[in-house]
Amino acid sequence: MALYSEKVMDHFRNPRNVGVLEDANGIGEVGNAKCGDIMKMYLRIEDDVVQDVKFETFGCGSAIASSSMATELIKGQPVSEVRKLTNKAVAEALDGLPDYKMHCSVLAEEAIQSALEDYQRRTGKKVE
Amino acid sequence: MIYADNAATTKMSPAAIETMLSLMENSWGNPSSLYAHGQNAKEVLEQARCDIAHAIGAEPREIIFTSGGSEADNQAILSAAENGKKAGKTHIVSSAFEHHAVLHTLNKLKKEGFEVTLLDVHENGLIVPEEVNAAIREDTCLVTIMYANNEIGTIQPIREIAAVCRQRGVPFHTDAVQAVGHIPLSAAEEGIDMLSASAHKFHGPKGVGFLYARKGIRLASLIEGGAQERGRRAGTENVPGIAAMAVALKEACANLKQNAEHLTSMRDRLILGLRQIPHSALNGDPQRRLPGNVNFCFEGIEGESLLLLLDDKGIQASSGSACTSGSLDPSHVLLAIGRVHDVAHGSLRLSLGEDVTAAQVDEMIRAVREVVDYLRGFSPIWRDLMSGKKQFIL
Repeated sequence: MALYSEKVMDHFRNPRNVGVLEDANGIGEVGNAKCGDIMKMYLRIEDDVVQDVKFETFGCGSAIASSSMATELIKGQPVSEVRKLTNKAVAEALDGLPDYKMHCSVLAEEAIQSALEDYQRRTGKKVE
Repeated sequence: MIYADNAATTKMSPAAIETMLSLMENSWGNPSSLYAHGQNAKEVLEQARCDIAHAIGAEPREIIFTSGGSEADNQAILSAAENGKKAGKTHIVSSAFEHHAVLHTLNKLKKEGFEVTLLDVHENGLIVPEEVNAAIREDTCLVTIMYANNEIGTIQPIREIAAVCRQRGVPFHTDAVQAVGHIPLSAAEEGIDMLSASAHKFHGPKGVGFLYARKGIRLASLIEGGAQERGRRAGTENVPGIAAMAVALKEACANLKQNAEHLTSMRDRLILGLRQIPHSALNGDPQRRLPGNVNFCFEGIEGESLLLLLDDKGIQASSGSACTSGSLDPSHVLLAIGRVHDVAHGSLRLSLGEDVTAAQVDEMIRAVREVVDYLRGFSPIWRDLMSGKKQFIL
């Protein structure tokens, strides 16, 4: 039995949307180095839709895979849907995570919500 | 494939496997039985005891067989505690970076009213004998300090520590799981009172080890139910495992000098190569360390990701990051030598096997460099460090 599902390994080995988004209008960073996990999400939102998204992550395999999967789930989605993204949805899309790694999916959810808040602060627009 | 996790376990030696198979086939009698078949197994057992005693500079009667290093550590510490308690002594001296088989046993004793002093292991991962002396009190019943650290490989000044203990009249135990079969060691000559070892760290089988207890040290039995091991460890002896352990240890000791020389040169080549990676640091003293142990921290990355990607490149290693330990804290060993959490998460241990080649070492250097560069490429910490938003630690 491998530690991670094939999906987790796929997203870990070939992370989607990795890097920096220079023209992001919503940036969220959560976690801390002390605990060994930091996630940074860059969103470009136009017409209430996530047009582009990128991430940077310092963390374990499941943290990188969770970030990657989360970006896939929200890319092209209306912000109202993105608002509802849960860590459970991220973990499920990865075909599950080991129990003690569930916090990685929580971090992905929090990073995205934090980026949305930043977008609201910057633009004054309310995301319902 | 390059197996660089020999501190976790080693591949069994063909001679040890051969011994086990042959004994399971031909000498499966119970050593406690009086008929020839049993007595034959008994002979095998006692020969193994002699060989092991000889290999570590002890008397055969000073060796008792256990299920491994952890059991030996438990038995040594709990025995000394029991002896101490009878004499009204309930203080133990140890170090902050012992194996959990020692630390958890000490925690258990703390709940029973014992006091434990954990010595500082300093930045280089070495205990200072004078500090052992200073920590010993009237009521100290045991000093337990590992021979060589399992993560960073630092070799402790055991002879000096043992001399301090002998002079102060305190029993001295050493967890020598990483040392036996890898570096020259002589229990009696070095003044060690108790020593733990485990077969699978020197190409023997898993589930078997031994405890050396100098003549005159009273051992308490952790397992009741029979007179085996002269009443100090009940249960029918694992004859094939024990004999295979003896074969593996004899072999390791016979080749020890040349293995250590080769490993030391491979280790230093690897250290030199990994040092070229910017913002990295070797953990533990560069010289006073096990011949095959290399342990680094790389700033800006996390250890588990590093291990997974190295595994993809055919290199098996380990890390002291929290994610690999299943807890929130990184390795207590790295914290004990003063590495901060941020950096300790990015650690890598490569523990080399005797058959490692220079080409493999170069391949490891290349692979680690590639993976570290790759992970730093999308690490937000690395970005902050590079842009000056955060200060480099290493």
